[in-house]
Amino acid sequence: MTAETMFEKIWNRHRVLEREDGQTLLYVDRHLVHDGSAPAFEMLRDRGLKPRAPERIFATPDHYVPTDTRDVAAIENDEYRGMVESLEQNAAEGGFSLFGLKDGRQGIVHVVGPETGLTQPGMLLVCGDSHTSTHGALGALAFGIGMTEVAHVLGSQTLWQRKPKTLRITVDGTLAPGVTAKDVILHIIASIGAAGATGHVIEYAGSAIRGLSMEGRLTLCNMSIEAGGRAGMVAPDETSFAYLQGREYAPKGADWDRAVERWRALASDADAVFDREVVLDGHAIAPMVTWGNSPEDALPVDAMLPDPEAAPDPARRTAMQAAFAYMGLTPGTALTSLGVDRVFIGSCTNGRIEDMRAAAAIARGRRVAEGVTAWVVPGSAPVKRQAEAEGLDQIFLAAGFEWREAGCSMCLGTNGEIGTPGQRIAATSNRNFRGRQGPGVRTHLMSPAMAAAAAVAGHITDIRGLEG
Amino acid sequence: MDAFSTLTSNAVPFARDNIDTDQILPARYLARPRNDNHGEYLFRDLRQTADFPLNRPEWQAARIVLGGRNFACGSSRENAVWALYDHGVRAVIAPSYGDIFATNSVKNGLLPVVLPEAVVQSLIAATEADPNAQITVDLPSQTVTGPDGAVHHFDIDPFNKRCLLEALDELAFTLTHAEDIAAFERRIGRENF
Repeated sequence: MTAETMFEKIWNRHRVLEREDGQTLLYVDRHLVHDGSAPAFEMLRDRGLKPRAPERIFATPDHYVPTDTRDVAAIENDEYRGMVESLEQNAAEGGFSLFGLKDGRQGIVHVVGPETGLTQPGMLLVCGDSHTSTHGALGALAFGIGMTEVAHVLGSQTLWQRKPKTLRITVDGTLAPGVTAKDVILHIIASIGAAGATGHVIEYAGSAIRGLSMEGRLTLCNMSIEAGGRAGMVAPDETSFAYLQGREYAPKGADWDRAVERWRALASDADAVFDREVVLDGHAIAPMVTWGNSPEDALPVDAMLPDPEAAPDPARRTAMQAAFAYMGLTPGTALTSLGVDRVFIGSCTNGRIEDMRAAAAIARGRRVAEGVTAWVVPGSAPVKRQAEAEGLDQIFLAAGFEWREAGCSMCLGTNGEIGTPGQRIAATSNRNFRGRQGPGVRTHLMSPAMAAAAAVAGHITDIRGLEG
Repeated sequence: MDAFSTLTSNAVPFARDNIDTDQILPARYLARPRNDNHGEYLFRDLRQTADFPLNRPEWQAARIVLGGRNFACGSSRENAVWALYDHGVRAVIAPSYGDIFATNSVKNGLLPVVLPEAVVQSLIAATEADPNAQITVDLPSQTVTGPDGAVHHFDIDPFNKRCLLEALDELAFTLTHAEDIAAFERRIGRENF
């Protein structure tokens, strides 16, 4: 038998049919739905169709929910409330599970899937959100789709796909103190570029990846899309099984044992061939911070800002000049000299319990700097409860952080939680695009500990000087 | 959506690399229903800059967009396609795209043409020299004809080509395979992965 990559194994098991023109109809095991999906249900309704396999659909509101209340009726903005209410109606009509605002399982869809055990190795999972790549951390094939595709999956439980290429990114070595999965993925994107993985499914491998916790792997795979990747995956191992066992939707008893046996066979065969290979040295990675308006614009925190005039490529020079103007930057100055107005700790990238712990470890016994507004937004209701059980909320509150309810919040501000023009924000989210956190807002991406450090110092700070 | 066959128009250039879908359609318009005119929201924030290409009178009715590398990367928001489509754009020509945007485009009657960067650069240069320079995009022959008459062939997935040419209703088409899907479901049983 030919050697197969993990991606190929999963792809092959989900083929319903193949066309001569190269298109494959794939069966979808899990379809996650959020409160931005209303137009897809409209498309379905227009055809007089209902969801084909409601038992495979799970929904939770995240994009439009407020993070200061759990009361849908209290959402003042009609549009936002309408999005949350329409998800409730669509779940009731379609007969699928909803983890609503007052359900103890609500949260950002990409935190909820793994946390409830809905995301499992070997599955084909889709969601109408580009950060669906997150779920690949458990060894699933998971990717984001558009609204018409969401309607297609609702109506047929399938998707037409052309087989993507494969890219293996191997990161070997031991990560240095203060270096997290967020720094690894920012380093990867800076190395291969924001389109470095376009058209490819990424498999992350190597000792530095194996050494990451499940939370870390979720952070890593989450930002695969920021390198253009169709999906990101990590082969399931003991770390994955330990994370999944006992979760609500994970198999139980003898089913669990059989499942683990199947999951062990998912890893890419030793002699499997990838279309492309990238190898990076994990030990060389430093805590990273983005300076520009693309996630590829990332540098080690102790670096100086580059000079756009020195860029040899004229297109790159123009792009850098635009980013410098928007971000209010001066060439040659230290990244750590940049003062911050706000701090956002949360999102599907870094809103998990390990992220809360890392940020709290920095916040403990310190105070948010004068003039800085710092928010901690747990990725889900269970993350919030766990953090509170560990007393992390009290650490944040004592340090002057705001401790909020779960949702996407300031990552993209669809719920109205945005900054004001000119504000500089240290954020643990995934996109530093122009205007992402509000018109004129300047976003710098970094890890949770680095964001907490920026909050207490009042400027971008090298975590390695604060720890220990 | 309308079927796409052939189109001749001038083109509006957005030459920068990595233009993300947050720029094409800012997030605060994501809750608008599809029947809203999304053309109103197209590049809403960048349009505040006077010299933004879309503000130039000659380019306001252009039905072709010329883009940089990794055009429309980032968020999966189909609303970005709706904004271009509602504005009147029917074809984009760029060296590469965000994968999800390219998929969304085809499902909405917007043709994403991939041409080599040097060719796209030459089209941008021609358009900047003469904002009314005409470009023809012909899907049946898979060609782009530049203002100088040079003909450039482009590749497209045959199924995507058919979807665009026929304005194919993909879900209705898929449901003609309902028996195959049901057979797959019977086969996988409980162990669906």
